[in-house]
Amino acid sequence: MHWLVEPGFWSNPVVGTALVLGAVVAVVSGAVGVVVVVRGQSFAGHALTDVAMAGGAGASLVGAAPLVGFLLAGVLGGGSMEAAGTERVRDRDVATGVVLGAAAGLTALLLYFVSSSSSATGSTQSVLFGSVFTVSPSVVPLGVAVAAGTLAALFVVRRPLLLSSLNPELAAARGVRPRAIGLAFVVVLAASVALSALVIGAILSTALLVGPASAALRVARGLGGATLGAIAAGVAAVELGILASYDSFYWSSAHRSVPVSACVVGVILVEVALSALWSRARARRG
Amino acid sequence: MGCEPLPEDRREVVHVHRVEVALGGRTVLHDVDFRVGEGEFVGLIGTNGSGKTTLLRAILGLQATTAGEVIVAGRPGRRGGPVGYVPQRVAFDHDVPVRVADFVALGVDGTRLGLARRGRGVRERVEAVLASLELSALAGRRIGALSGGEQQRVLMAHALASRPRLLLLDEPLANLDLPRVHETIAVLDRVRRAEGVAVVLSAHEIGPLVPVMDRVIYIAQGGVACGTTEEVVRAEVLSALYGHHVDVLTVHGRVVVVEGEAGDPGAHPEVVVR
Repeated sequence: MHWLVEPGFWSNPVVGTALVLGAVVAVVSGAVGVVVVVRGQSFAGHALTDVAMAGGAGASLVGAAPLVGFLLAGVLGGGSMEAAGTERVRDRDVATGVVLGAAAGLTALLLYFVSSSSSATGSTQSVLFGSVFTVSPSVVPLGVAVAAGTLAALFVVRRPLLLSSLNPELAAARGVRPRAIGLAFVVVLAASVALSALVIGAILSTALLVGPASAALRVARGLGGATLGAIAAGVAAVELGILASYDSFYWSSAHRSVPVSACVVGVILVEVALSALWSRARARRG
Repeated sequence: MGCEPLPEDRREVVHVHRVEVALGGRTVLHDVDFRVGEGEFVGLIGTNGSGKTTLLRAILGLQATTAGEVIVAGRPGRRGGPVGYVPQRVAFDHDVPVRVADFVALGVDGTRLGLARRGRGVRERVEAVLASLELSALAGRRIGALSGGEQQRVLMAHALASRPRLLLLDEPLANLDLPRVHETIAVLDRVRRAEGVAVVLSAHEIGPLVPVMDRVIYIAQGGVACGTTEEVVRAEVLSALYGHHVDVLTVHGRVVVVEGEAGDPGAHPEVVVR
């Protein structure tokens, strides 16, 4: 097994924490990601990662846990984006783009302050690329609680959410309030983005949100199957990514390991490519 | 322009009472007044832009009225009432990952929050509706993979799943070829008898509906005229509705409504009745 799992992987407590937290985050991202793809909100999801990034940078600056910053900024930013948002696709696109740009600018400014203050070394790295190997074990209960709450909220609103995602007019005629449901979902989305920002960083958390979900949606027939598939693909990507990152320390004599985020995204890209090949083969069979 | 009261043997399902709707400062519907009875099949006939969709949306509570009121099953009309709706031109993308049976089930429980799983009652209702619309073979397919006509039939199943008292369909015949038009009308006629649901179907062509319709609501110039086909599709009735001269011509056994004076370049045949 040495060629696959380098020594110390299973006995290292840091790795254990990373595997648990990574799996929890991947489950949430997979379930939320399927809805994001069905609603066509990948771009909004990406904008939220930038908003979360600003929050994470702000939290580092004041010495708070990045997860708290990711969460607060994501929920506030996403909520106001949805509250101000319009039904028109193009307006929503523009509003999202403006928020994304502003948030990225704010992040750059905050990270400049962070990197010029000596007390917060490594914060820039962890905000941008995640910190699953350096995350303090005390954050794990908070992360698990947020994940459980997010999943529960998503499960409770799943039917009105699906109906208003498929056709807002039909949903409104039945008495669903699409704006309220949209607001609820954006809070769920912000929480999910905050969690994945913790593990693979704000920059790449869109990949974990959208990648496994889009791969599963190509393969599965119904929504339930797609959700389970996205969760499985996400968990596999995070766990394999953590393993590859750990192993990569031994790959060269220089002992420079590849970051977790890069490894996770690499696995996700492979999954997406495989699902594309699979659906193309199925289309050819007819 | 009002309408005759309901036939004595029909119980009222919806009363559109002197409704006025303004969109962007323009009055689109003015003093519209009619009733639809239980199990009735009513054609809402008018040209594009005559206000058919606005009227249907007002009944659903999706469009605010500036005057008058809508009474559905004895209560003020509001969203979430006992009304099924098939909007115009809904097209699901080919990759929408929802099975037909699941989408129809959302017609029953799509408004419900909560942790509970979908019950057996819902699943049985879905099977029954799919069967009555001859969709059982498609139950496991993705809705996005279906043809436009099939998707529309699935939307009807979705609308009927909650056992509404009234089914509103906005131009469901617009993009169908003639055999499909007749098939759709026959299915709707059978379903409304089986379920006792009133059907209001908007269309710009009256012809295929004549055999099954109980009454016509003809909409033009923001007002309506109603009655049987023979009562409404007549030169003096439609001329009064349009506010200018309209000819109703019989050509080879078909009735053609021509709007506008002779020589008017805008004149065009509008409604064809077999």
